Amino acid sequence: MTCAEFVELVTSYLDGTLSAEERAEFDAHLALCPGCDRYLEQFRITIGLLGELPEETLSSPGRERLLGAFAQWRHRSRPDAT
Amino acid sequence: MTGTTDVREGSGEADLVARLRAGDEQAFASLVDGWSGWMLRLAREHVPTPSVAEEVVQETWLAVLEGLDRFRGESSLRTWVWRILSNQAKRRGVRESRTVPFASLVSEDDGPTVDPTRFQGVGDPHPGGWRQFPEEWPDHVALSREVHEVVTVALTELPPRQRVVVALRDLDGHTAEEVCDVLGISAGNQRVLLHRGRAVVRAHLERYFDDALSRSEVSL
Repeated sequence: MTCAEFVELVTSYLDGTLSAEERAEFDAHLALCPGCDRYLEQFRITIGLLGELPEETLSSPGRERLLGAFAQWRHRSRPDAT
Repeated sequence: MTGTTDVREGSGEADLVARLRAGDEQAFASLVDGWSGWMLRLAREHVPTPSVAEEVVQETWLAVLEGLDRFRGESSLRTWVWRILSNQAKRRGVRESRTVPFASLVSEDDGPTVDPTRFQGVGDPHPGGWRQFPEEWPDHVALSREVHEVVTVALTELPPRQRVVVALRDLDGHTAEEVCDVLGISAGNQRVLLHRGRAVVRAHLERYFDDALSRSEVSL
């Protein structure tokens, strides 16, 4: 496996979707190549940073409105439920 | 991502639907909190402004309530909600041209994700090996305001399909299976879009850190 091939397999490696054979080759390359080791590490850092971006959320009036709509819906469709 | 675990598990879905139908407000609140993030993100791919996206998500939840008794469980709840969301977004009639086709890959999804000139060529001692290893990044990279900006800009500049997949996987923490399910794409296409998107974001960070390094060397 060359470095150019290695860098294309990183997501598959992290998702655990490489075949056993590919995975063995990937691990063997990783153990010997500081450049690819660094690339993999930087890929992990990138994923970690993406995960730290704040999630989008509904505005709180919007959320309240929905909960109100749910209460109304419940009342309308299930008058006996409380 | 807290409070969403119970709505993410496929096995609990029938139970969740039953609780919603029974009028369990807690179940509805937790579903709204758990899913509105990705719904807003997907709505943003169709409509021009965050406030319209918010309206689309609101309308979607109202339509979900109206339709809940007709939900037969033939698709997952998530897929059903996503279809309602797409229809709501299109019904707004805004920027329909932004609608992103997911079925197949396009040319922008082809080719190497790392600049080929960074690897040795056929005449070199190690064809396909790094010419020069990637520069080391600082220890303990944190999401400082600047790094936050770099990542956000990188994400914004991604082609829409890559951006959606990266956002669903890495920002919202969905699994590969969930993303395939919601977008109706194959596992292979999901992986290609995700990998390309991540590689582009990494390259943005690399440029930022390399520039920061040369700035600090200049100032020494």
